Amino acid sequence: MEMTRKKTTFSERWNLRKTWPLHVFLLPSVLLLLIYSYVPMMGIVIAFQDYKPYKGITGSDWVGMKHFIFMFQDERVVQIIANTLIIALSKMVMGWIVPLLFALLLNEVRIAFFKRTIQTLVYLPHFLSWVILGGILTDMLSEKGLINQFIAGLGFTPVFFLGDGDWFRVTLVVSDLWKEFGFGTIIYLAALAGVNPSLYEAAEIDGANRWKQTINVTIPSIIPVGVIIATLSLGNVLNAGFDQVFNMMNPIVKDKAEIIDTYVYQLGLTQASFSLATAVGLFKSVISFILIAVTYRMAVKFANYRIF
Amino acid sequence: MYYKSPSYRLFNFLNILFLSLISIACILPIVHVLAVSISDSAPVTANLVNFWPIGFNLDNYAKTFNSPNFLDAFTVSIIRTVLGTFISMLLCFTAAYSMSKDDLYFRGRTFYAWFFIITILFNGGLIPTYIVVVETGIKNTIWSLILPGAVAVFNVVLMMNFFRGIPKELDEAAQIDGATHFRTLFQIYLPISMPSIATLSLFTIVGHWNSWFDGMIYMEADKQPLATMIQALVKNMDFTRVQLNPQDIKDLSERGLKATQIFLGALPVLVAYPFLQKYFVKGMTLGSVKE
Repeated sequence: MEMTRKKTTFSERWNLRKTWPLHVFLLPSVLLLLIYSYVPMMGIVIAFQDYKPYKGITGSDWVGMKHFIFMFQDERVVQIIANTLIIALSKMVMGWIVPLLFALLLNEVRIAFFKRTIQTLVYLPHFLSWVILGGILTDMLSEKGLINQFIAGLGFTPVFFLGDGDWFRVTLVVSDLWKEFGFGTIIYLAALAGVNPSLYEAAEIDGANRWKQTINVTIPSIIPVGVIIATLSLGNVLNAGFDQVFNMMNPIVKDKAEIIDTYVYQLGLTQASFSLATAVGLFKSVISFILIAVTYRMAVKFANYRIF
Repeated sequence: MYYKSPSYRLFNFLNILFLSLISIACILPIVHVLAVSISDSAPVTANLVNFWPIGFNLDNYAKTFNSPNFLDAFTVSIIRTVLGTFISMLLCFTAAYSMSKDDLYFRGRTFYAWFFIITILFNGGLIPTYIVVVETGIKNTIWSLILPGAVAVFNVVLMMNFFRGIPKELDEAAQIDGATHFRTLFQIYLPISMPSIATLSLFTIVGHWNSWFDGMIYMEADKQPLATMIQALVKNMDFTRVQLNPQDIKDLSERGLKATQIFLGALPVLVAYPFLQKYFVKGMTLGSVKE
């Protein structure tokens, strides 16, 4: 055994002779992330400054926690945080239950043609943007719109979907559900397709009818996936959906519909309160990060889920 | 057998009926906007058009295609989608290839992986990102719509997981035959990863086509992509008011035109979607459900 330690060069230590192309492959991505992801992260310091664009980050005055203190003393901000939580949590709960139920029902369809057609149709809205859907839904849900014509036709009074704060929240949640529930079923359907058929055969021999099979075989099989989805979605508790709210909101419902993201946009880019907007955004990012870290740990621990 | 029992047959019938109704509800809004766009303007103004066009009139389409604004915005969207998707996929493909290698062979892999992942967990948020885009001088150029989001870390992770599923023997055989990494990547990995590439391309294409916010904050009005133009259009239409003043009546007669532009904004996605659907279902489950 040779005990003399050979001196390794930098290139040998990093195996560069063989792997330098791999570093080259990564270089453009690394540069772009550095500029457009990491530099903005440094830019967060303007939340602690009175940032003036003509003075730049190095020249602006430091003000410590001023903007954060202002933020929590502002009643409007508290209301906006509450709006965000209410809307996001309702969407999360609905977005968890409905795809699960829909996947269970779809799993019972034995005719392949029906199953495929239904899947094609329900996935579609996911691919349309809230700009398009916001335009169509604003029209359909308006006072004289299609939905209210239908409601009136059934003999009920029209509903102010977009002109009443509480109804507006319901509209946000239901339309988001409508857009995304189909896409959400994909992962459950994949899990259901992976269930071992012999489990059903065994259950059938034991005399289980379809309902019993669902309770004792199907549901236990997709619970792990359901747990992962629910856990990971907790990281979105402050994401109430900027695109949707921005495109469907109107001044009448602003009190109950303004969310953190739309507020940051309004503060920062229409009122040019750069520092305050960054502070509000930072507050949101910190909470979200903590939630993501905690839920990811939970997912690893309880469901053995890993990104890599 | 359970599926021959009368109760299961009844359930099955009701189930299919229910699921069919729900799926139809998923496309009705699109059908409505299409119907409005090709109907005569009088029934549209009178709010009579539901899901079936009344009359047949392509004036709205003629007007839209003759409008220079629409065509300019459409061109910006096309350029952005093609260029942006190409760049994103190239970056994703090369980065994922490198990161799919073993840490012992490719020293520094763990460092790169964390470098990428951290950008998912933290971000500067709207204002600092906006300032950086302005400072790097790409505001009001097509690059402001492409570069800031060009590295899609989630896609890199999905593709990396796919690459790791490719048998090592393939790689080794290529190495023995003297293939460089460049050759291995483009002549061996590229052909076998077509399904994943198709899936991720679809998501990237749709993402670029649908993006409106960056167009709104970074581009001046004459250079905005179609989605941003439609967004401005949608934002200006307000059907919540109770009483109609003359201006509103004028707006309402423009409903058909707006419906046309909205429908055309959605059309490329609607056309591309059925062809790529079989890929994305497979591709989605590929990276997410593990044995």
